[in-house]
Amino acid sequence: MSLLKSVEKEIRKCVKCGVCRAHCPVFTELGREPAVARGKVALASAVLSGKTGLDARLYDDMSKCLLCGTCVEKCPNDVPVDRIVMAAREALARKRGLKSFHKAVRQVLKRRYIMNIGALTASLLSPLIFRKVPGKSGLRLRLPLPFVGRDRYFPKIASKPFLSRYPEIIPGQPDKPRVLYFVGCMTNFIYTDIGDSAISLLRSLGCTIIIPKAQQCCGFPAISGGDAPTFADLAEKNIEIFEKYRPDHIVTACASCGSALRDLYPELLGELRPQLARRCGDSAGKVLDAVVLLHNLGLKPGDSGAGQKAVITYHDPCHLRRRGITKEPRDFLKCLPGKVFVEMEQHGSCCGLGGTFNVYHYGTSLAINSRKCDSIIKSGADLVVTGCPGCMMQIAGGLSKTGAKKRVLHTLELLSKSLKP
Amino acid sequence: MLENHILKKLKSIVGEDNVTVESHDMLCYSYDATQMEFLPDAVVYPARAEEVSQILKLANSENLAVFPRGAGSGFSGGSLPKGGGIVLVTTRMNKIVRIDTENLVAVVEPGVVTFQLQQEVERLGLFYPPDPASLRFSTLGGNVAECAGGPRAVKYGVTREYVLGLEVVLPNGDIIRTGGETMKGVVGYDLTRLICGSEGTLGVITRIILKLLPLPETKKTMLAVFSSIDGAARAVSAIIRGKIIPSTLEFMDHTAIRCVADHSQSKIPETAGAALIIEVDGDRDLVEKQALAIHEIIKTMDLLSFKAAKDAEEAEELWETRRKVSPSLRKVNPHKINEDIVVPRSRVPEIIRGIEAIREKYSVPIVNFGHAGDGNIHVNIMIDKDIPGEAEKAEMAVKDIFRAALELGGTMSGEHGVGLSKSPYITMELTPAQISIMKAVKRAFDPNNILNPGKIFPD
Repeated sequence: MSLLKSVEKEIRKCVKCGVCRAHCPVFTELGREPAVARGKVALASAVLSGKTGLDARLYDDMSKCLLCGTCVEKCPNDVPVDRIVMAAREALARKRGLKSFHKAVRQVLKRRYIMNIGALTASLLSPLIFRKVPGKSGLRLRLPLPFVGRDRYFPKIASKPFLSRYPEIIPGQPDKPRVLYFVGCMTNFIYTDIGDSAISLLRSLGCTIIIPKAQQCCGFPAISGGDAPTFADLAEKNIEIFEKYRPDHIVTACASCGSALRDLYPELLGELRPQLARRCGDSAGKVLDAVVLLHNLGLKPGDSGAGQKAVITYHDPCHLRRRGITKEPRDFLKCLPGKVFVEMEQHGSCCGLGGTFNVYHYGTSLAINSRKCDSIIKSGADLVVTGCPGCMMQIAGGLSKTGAKKRVLHTLELLSKSLKP
Repeated sequence: MLENHILKKLKSIVGEDNVTVESHDMLCYSYDATQMEFLPDAVVYPARAEEVSQILKLANSENLAVFPRGAGSGFSGGSLPKGGGIVLVTTRMNKIVRIDTENLVAVVEPGVVTFQLQQEVERLGLFYPPDPASLRFSTLGGNVAECAGGPRAVKYGVTREYVLGLEVVLPNGDIIRTGGETMKGVVGYDLTRLICGSEGTLGVITRIILKLLPLPETKKTMLAVFSSIDGAARAVSAIIRGKIIPSTLEFMDHTAIRCVADHSQSKIPETAGAALIIEVDGDRDLVEKQALAIHEIIKTMDLLSFKAAKDAEEAEELWETRRKVSPSLRKVNPHKINEDIVVPRSRVPEIIRGIEAIREKYSVPIVNFGHAGDGNIHVNIMIDKDIPGEAEKAEMAVKDIFRAALELGGTMSGEHGVGLSKSPYITMELTPAQISIMKAVKRAFDPNNILNPGKIFPD
């Protein structure tokens, strides 16, 4: 059964009340009904009833979604619109082929070594390809490339991927948990400091840490383009690794990876690869956001860095907010010595990255992002903290455009800094 | 199918990006919250009154129907393009033009979302009371066209109480002003009042002048849970008899409570017979006094529990629960026939009993909730249309409910309007003399019957 047919019951739950219009970040920018959840559900329903086909226009409509799930949270009937959009994209990709960016993503994800070589090349050639954004940690392209305009912000690519710098297993104390760290592509290739912080924090608690070198991309970028086979292949490889090591916990420090491993694997594999679905339930249940695990294990922030006074605020990544993970990061941030925590307006609204949404709808992505950046600036915070490297990249890029001198860090980085001797 | 030369003219009026005939857009503009669907031939998004005027002139000369639409969230089919034609979406006209803090007046474009205006005026210490449950996404233009209500109507009245003036484009393209910014005026017929609630059949609203009030100092939101619906109904009457007009007095029956119970934020125990959400607003000491008085009054009426929200966040949670009722009724049965009858307040217990009898008679689930404080009950008949005979039963139940309301001196619609949904029944309430003069008014405004045809009056 196709993914789309499998969500038919969900589609019928929509009563067209229009609540989603109040909350969809894309609709807020575009203002047209096909951009909002209610419209997308109507279009998906029309595909199933034969009223419309899987045509180019539909492909475009379905691409205008961040998969942020805000509509799902607010829907009085809990219609899982993000699942419906993913299912529609899968049907469209099968019928019309993947969009060119997702074709490239597929090639790269299937061949991990390309990413490694690519990262190395990019980091070596970086001074040629990029110019530094003054005063910031980011870069801009010197020449335009396909998919990317000159004004696009790039974070620095790490010269050595995170996975290449750590052993497979870091032994800890025998009475402490065995934790498998799922690093995720953004941390592995770009924001390696997040990974370093995660390891250092887990070590401080005596955990045995498993950092499998064979781990793959979580698959979210693939499925967000409708590429179900790549998603399932990646899931299979990751599940095999989880089964091999049988950790107590599987931690992620990337909100999107966490959602993929914990929610998408069981939900989607049930349709795509039922045998695999049966196996993944066990590991899915072990997936925890790193901040939550550290909170549960009783980590106490230290007072290194108490001298560096700063006003900090927290941006809730969509994929943490939806899983109800909003308190643990704030508990930590509110007790960091030397730091004053302020809540920004719209702290839970989407940063606008939407994974690959940003590629095809750059203008809209920027517009959504600028609202977030306005909230940040209005809050008076010097430092924005969040729990997703994707959000970090998007927000850092947006803030750099405003010229505001603000830093963006991951919760784990601040925590780790506070414990440095 | 829209003829090519008309499409070309529309493009020249609003620009190519603001008119579409693509099938996907037709699908997305074919529905509203009634779940009825009719495909239009074109959708157009004008940015100003002049464009609306040119569109209507064109439509009038070509005998094309035009269907004004805000958010498309109405409950009576008012914005549905039945019979085909051009959907005219007003949401690009979404500026708050001016908020006049000296005269307590706001001037807005029709596409402004109600909540957006409320936030803006409240920042300035002012207040726009009408609060339909859809306020976060419905537009002021739609609210005026349907004379929307909401929980606060019990104390503050409905939308028409706040409309001082309008700018309207008539079906022949003429742009007229009605009313003005003054608090009083009686020169010529009251066209403002006529347009308000005319459901988009007399003109397209392109500007609205609204009266504002000072923002009350504070409010207190209370939840009273009863073991029986009768107790809740008696409590409503008793509060008003006690000369307290709360700013809202909402009730939910047992089934409504169960439907929202699934939502983790619902504060109402699933086993309750009925619940009242009561809000009082005003000066702090008055609010405290009234809250205590209300508790005293309702204590003896099958009251299971009584709680006052301790802060704005808790109050908002209570309201979110109430707003979720209507859309979440789907859990009972997939299809909803949604009526909003009104009876004089003192007769609320009787109408509730009457509806229970009708439910028994047809053995079809009926869920009641809504604005008990002003006698406006949202009666929802939940059926599964795919089961043979259900739709017919529901229709008979609807007629019985209307009859019961009318017999108690009530009306068929408090807030949702007639649109398509109640059109087959209006002869139960309106006499031939009334219908005849209303149709004459329609003909005077719209001789070619191009603006939202087929609504309100059965053909």
